[in-house]
Amino acid sequence: MSDAIISVRDLHKWYSGVHALKGVTLDFKRGEALGLVGDNGAGKSTLINILSGVHRADQGEINVEGRAVSIATPRDAMDLGIETIYQYNSMVPTMSIARNLFIGREPTRFSIFGVGILDQKKMAEESIRAIASVDLHLRSPEALVGELSGGQRQGVAIARAMHFKSKVMILDEPTNHLSVKETNKVIGFVRGLKEQGVTGVFISHNMHHVFDCCDRVVAMARGEVVLDKRVADTSIDEVHSLL
Amino acid sequence: MKRLFKTYLEKPELAGLILLVLLIILFQVRSHGVFLNADNLRGILGILPEAGLVAIGVTILMISGEFDLSVGSVFALMPMTMAVLMVHGAPFPLALLAGLLVCAAIGFINGYVTIRFAIPSFITTLGMLFMARSLTVVVSGGFPPLLPIDLPNWLFTSFVGPGNMFRMSFLWFAAVAVLTSLMLSRTNFGNWIKATGGFLPAAASMGIPTARVKIICFMLCSVLSGFAGMLQVLRLGSPLPSIGEGLELQAVAAAVIGGASLTGGIGTVMGGIIGTTLIRVIDNGLVLSHVDANWFKFAIGFLTIFAVVANAWMRKRAKAIKMEG
Repeated sequence: MSDAIISVRDLHKWYSGVHALKGVTLDFKRGEALGLVGDNGAGKSTLINILSGVHRADQGEINVEGRAVSIATPRDAMDLGIETIYQYNSMVPTMSIARNLFIGREPTRFSIFGVGILDQKKMAEESIRAIASVDLHLRSPEALVGELSGGQRQGVAIARAMHFKSKVMILDEPTNHLSVKETNKVIGFVRGLKEQGVTGVFISHNMHHVFDCCDRVVAMARGEVVLDKRVADTSIDEVHSLL
Repeated sequence: MKRLFKTYLEKPELAGLILLVLLIILFQVRSHGVFLNADNLRGILGILPEAGLVAIGVTILMISGEFDLSVGSVFALMPMTMAVLMVHGAPFPLALLAGLLVCAAIGFINGYVTIRFAIPSFITTLGMLFMARSLTVVVSGGFPPLLPIDLPNWLFTSFVGPGNMFRMSFLWFAAVAVLTSLMLSRTNFGNWIKATGGFLPAAASMGIPTARVKIICFMLCSVLSGFAGMLQVLRLGSPLPSIGEGLELQAVAAAVIGGASLTGGIGTVMGGIIGTTLIRVIDNGLVLSHVDANWFKFAIGFLTIFAVVANAWMRKRAKAIKMEG
């Protein structure tokens, strides 16, 4: 229990009569890369949405670092150090990298009721450092996100999560719609999380990607966890047979 | 091409500005130097703030990803509310405050209904266009009330500056333009507006209160429109219930000509102002160059379509760039 950064106990969720999560109990261990796999409708996204504050569980308990917490909004999740990177990309293409890095958490020089003047110097400096920290080579933080490739954007999203010292990074199918080269880059990012002591939760349809970069694989089907093993102790075939 | 796309996103008002300069030169030549003389400029600058303030509000709202067709009606309702209150003995400051509160309330309703029921703001504000116009006529009782004679015109409509070039309204307009511009480019709230309009799911997933951001933009748009209506009524000296008709479309045209995107996320306050100026310049310039003034609406219509086609083309290019890699 002590090495679990997030532990969920008996989590239930109904969507207008559909029992999407049927009592999920799971520990996310500190510094581990966990692969979450399952078919569409298996409950992966529901579980992730609850952890990232998009939806609320109807029943069950969430503990973060041993403390029972309530995650009502995406902001609550971020404040607890849980950052989610979505497949559709949580970047605004019409804005610069520097602005995207700080969306919703902009450094301000002074503020009244939470609204204030942006500290643009700080944003520029910190975004250069943040991008460099994930080994992403970009021309300038003033470049627009719309100019970046899909893999680069996921890299910026990961840099953003790192910059805000997130403890758990949830990557919701980050390799969808990416080329092989770009996918390898993202998998490299996930491997890099471990070195930085960040817990990674990697959600994918692609079993090879999961086995490539994760320590542990959790499979879900019909709203339940059907397999929870170390990658070394299982095989792609075994996971497939359970889905 | 990447450069062009980037320039367009950073300075979407650039094309409008170039067009404005060209038209000013054209009209100056065609009118044999009358266009840029002091009297004519005074005329243009005297009415520019009214349409300009509305365009600023509409532009900011469009950047947040929404739309307001009710601005022309709010433009009439706000000064009518004030006039009726003053006829019943309310002092000017109180009437002003009440008028602005009515505008804020309308903006709130526009935003709340749009977001709560997830309907297009086009529809919500189209309904509000009729309702606010109707209210204007109803509260006026059919006859425009007489304005008291001791109004603070010195604060809003008197001529000031070198050669009495500007009306006070222009200073209000300039102040609002500077403040809203800074808000959009230099504050975290401006960042939220652009993110909300640029890509709503991303903004929401980063914890931005997108509904609140949009509602505030709706309210700002209504308040600026009402304030502009008051400026016009003080200039004309009578609160006609029909003022501001067609203004909503002119304001959208101004925003679009100034580079604002109909889908949100792109645009600048300066663009809205350039768009408005362009419309005023065309209106005035056609008359001065002895062109049948009925071509005015044709010119605005053509420019609007041209601007949107250009915008759509740029966005398609932008998408093509995004797909690379």
